[in-house]
Amino acid sequence: MRCSGTPEKLSGSEAMTPRLLDAGDAAFTIEFGERIDPALLAAVNALDAAIAQQQAAGRLPGLIETMPTFRSLTVFFDPLVTDRVALIDALRPLMAADVAAEPARGRQWQLPACYEGEAGADLAEVARRIGAGVDEVIALHSVAELRVYMLGFLPGFPFMGDLPPRLRLPRRSEPRVRVPAGSVAIADALTAIYPWASPGGWHLLARCPVPLFDARRAAPSLLAPGDRVRFQPVTMAECARLDAALKGGEIDPSCWLSDLAAAGAAAQDTP
Amino acid sequence: MTPTVVLEVASPGAYASVQDAGRRGHRRIGVPWAGVLDPRLMRLANALVGNAEAAPVIECFDGGQQLVARGGALRLAVTGDAVLEVERGGERQVLDAWRSLTLADGDALRLRRLHSGRIAVVALQGLDLPQVLGSASTYARAALGGVDGRALYAGAQLHLPEAGRRAERMLPAPPGAPSGPIRVVAGPQADHFAAATLAAFCAADYRVTAEADRMGVRLEGPTLPHLGRSEIVSDATVPGSIQVPGKGQPIVLLADAQTAGGYPKIGTVIGADLPRVAAARPGQVLRFAWVSAAEGEALARAAEAETRALLAAIRPLLGHGVDEAALYGGNLVSGVVDALAGEHRPPPDPPARRMPV
Repeated sequence: MRCSGTPEKLSGSEAMTPRLLDAGDAAFTIEFGERIDPALLAAVNALDAAIAQQQAAGRLPGLIETMPTFRSLTVFFDPLVTDRVALIDALRPLMAADVAAEPARGRQWQLPACYEGEAGADLAEVARRIGAGVDEVIALHSVAELRVYMLGFLPGFPFMGDLPPRLRLPRRSEPRVRVPAGSVAIADALTAIYPWASPGGWHLLARCPVPLFDARRAAPSLLAPGDRVRFQPVTMAECARLDAALKGGEIDPSCWLSDLAAAGAAAQDTP
Repeated sequence: MTPTVVLEVASPGAYASVQDAGRRGHRRIGVPWAGVLDPRLMRLANALVGNAEAAPVIECFDGGQQLVARGGALRLAVTGDAVLEVERGGERQVLDAWRSLTLADGDALRLRRLHSGRIAVVALQGLDLPQVLGSASTYARAALGGVDGRALYAGAQLHLPEAGRRAERMLPAPPGAPSGPIRVVAGPQADHFAAATLAAFCAADYRVTAEADRMGVRLEGPTLPHLGRSEIVSDATVPGSIQVPGKGQPIVLLADAQTAGGYPKIGTVIGADLPRVAAARPGQVLRFAWVSAAEGEALARAAEAETRALLAAIRPLLGHGVDEAALYGGNLVSGVVDALAGEHRPPPDPPARRMPV
């Protein structure tokens, strides 16, 4: 039996031998590890891409969709069309595929974030708890280049990391009943932007006015796994101006893509 | 163009939303499937009005919904253990569910209450709604699908083709309330719990709390202690996942639940039994039983066979049989409805309100 208290040692080769976990009668999870680790993410992405390729070729009947996370891939299937055993047999050769040590690098974003007033509701408390000034917390948070590990929880919700070690705090002991949409929040090594108002237990540092999800866009989620994000502190007045301009359709969110990385992403479009 | 009529939601009751078979393929960007909590009710209701089985329907919680036909006749069917009442020109008629019926202009249908469970489904003949990411299902948190991206509200309108003459259809022997424990497959994080805890989960009563909606159902019962940390690095949830947060009280996730979560999942309710969890009323006691994933798959196939048998049993309500006498006293048989349509006139418009000048 696995013991969560034991320090994990996952070498590259161990990470490539995934565990198969049951998730009911219509899904299973292929788990590469238990930590947040770019090497695990690379293995997840490689398997996910291999499955997508098979599906595009009309194979893997009954496979509905996959859900990649930091460290695992969950496969959803229709038990009236296929079954767990047949699907795992078909997927096993794909699990053995060679995996790059680093997951593919996506686009680079510089997203505005207002760390003032209500937007930074927990700034002072975070500063106190890590023994720093508020300015220092803002600097630590906005200087880091963050990787989008996965999307989930809510439509377009990006799990991003890693935060500088100094900024890592466990979740709030009392989750908020309502975290406002656009809240930029931190917990442990991760930071996220809440695309929608929701209950939440993370510490609120800022507000990002850029809409992260729009079902009318060809790609509804603004961010994709592998993208890199840096926050650019803006004043409350600037945030309000951006808010209005975005709502009025005067600005397209793609204006926060850094040119350099956009060119790099285009080159990486093919697996 | 086909003339259209309007179904107006006079009251959404406790809660009602437009749902279909759900939105597939977008969990990776955080979009849950949504969709009806009990697909069998949707399929039977749609079949009763001659729709495709997965056409959008109105999923109603706990009764209280009132639907009114405006501008012509429309046909609908109700499945679920509901008590229906049709009001026409001040006269009220109580009907059983599991049948289609035609509302004439001005008629109102009320779902008065449910004998058992929480969910009834209303299918509307010819309902066609725009799809958002491949589905008309309402997912209110992200304002996707349905009517204006939200739950139905008083005054919401659905446009339908006018109902033609046709015999109504009914399901002669509706499915009874299933008994027995809710079947659960262990995992994906069953190894975060001691064997004794796994055994205890299926030996004890768990009571449904008031926190029960389309996202999930919080249960209350013996604490399920974690062996180690009560949080994991977030991984995927599935409909039916049983999360166990730090306090050790389980939560069963449903159609609108978050697509990823950081609490260990002790097990997963099988698809065939998940509608029973969704339909359990606050205060009701649930018992669970472990099955293997393979047994779960076999149960899914058995449930599908039962649904197909029910679909095949649907038949027209013709002639003057016992069914008709029991179900249609009054003038609610469709042919009679048509004959009476001319007699029933919508109430005159209220006197025009004078705007202050």
